Amino acid sequence: MLRLDSEIHDAIVAHARRDHPDEACGIVAGPAGSDRPLRFVPMLNAARSPTFYEFDSADLLALYRELEANEEDPVIVYHSHTATEAYPSRTDIAYASEPGAHYVLVSTRDPDSAEFRSFRIVDGAVTEEPVEVVPAP
Amino acid sequence: MAIEVKIPTILRTYTKGEKAVSATGGSLAAVIDDLDTNYAGLKGRLITEDGSLHRFVNVYVDDEDVRFTGSLDTPVADGATVTILPAVAGGSRDRA
Repeated sequence: MLRLDSEIHDAIVAHARRDHPDEACGIVAGPAGSDRPLRFVPMLNAARSPTFYEFDSADLLALYRELEANEEDPVIVYHSHTATEAYPSRTDIAYASEPGAHYVLVSTRDPDSAEFRSFRIVDGAVTEEPVEVVPAP
Repeated sequence: MAIEVKIPTILRTYTKGEKAVSATGGSLAAVIDDLDTNYAGLKGRLITEDGSLHRFVNVYVDDEDVRFTGSLDTPVADGATVTILPAVAGGSRDRA
C-alpha cells in the first residue's frame, strides 16, 4: 500500500495538469528505508513528449547525488499519461528499475478528474496497490 | 590507482550489496570487462547483445554522460569515478 499526504498527492496531480498534454514526471523522496514519501521533487521531462518521458541525464546524476547525500530513497517515481489510462505501459515496465519504489501513474485524459494509481514493478511484474491519502500534517 | 565504480540499487545483487566497487581498465569497455570477471553477469546488464551500451542505463565517467564522450570507447583514467544509474523513463507509447 502507498500512504501519502494530501499535499504531496495534490502536488503530483497539479504537476501533471500543468505539463499536459506532455507527460510530467518526478519523484517523492523519503528517508532511506522508511517508505515515507515526504519530499516532492518535480523533474523536467527531457523528451517533452505527450507519449514519452525521460529524466535529463545530468539532472538524473544530480538527483541521485542529492539522495545519497541526504540518505534518502526515491520512495515514489511518478509520471502522467495524458491520453490513456493510469496503468504502466510496456515501456514503463521495461524501464522500471527501482524495485523498492511505488510507481505512481496519473492520467490527465479527463479534464475534470484525475486517475491516481500506484504500482510495484519488480522484474517485469506489475502489482497494483491501494493508495491512502491522509490529511497533510 | 584503481577506478571507483558506483553501482545502483538494482545491480547490487551482483556486488553482494556493495554500493561502490573498484575496477581497472583504460576505457569504459575495459572497465566493464574487468567488472564482469569479479561480478559475473554485470556486463550483460550494461551491454546489449549487439555490443552497445544498454539504453536502460546511464553511465557517467567523472560526471560526464558517456553518450557524449564516445560511449564504450570513453577513456577512463586512474582515479576516475564511473557512476552507473538506471534511466528513469517510460511513457504511454510502446517503445520497449
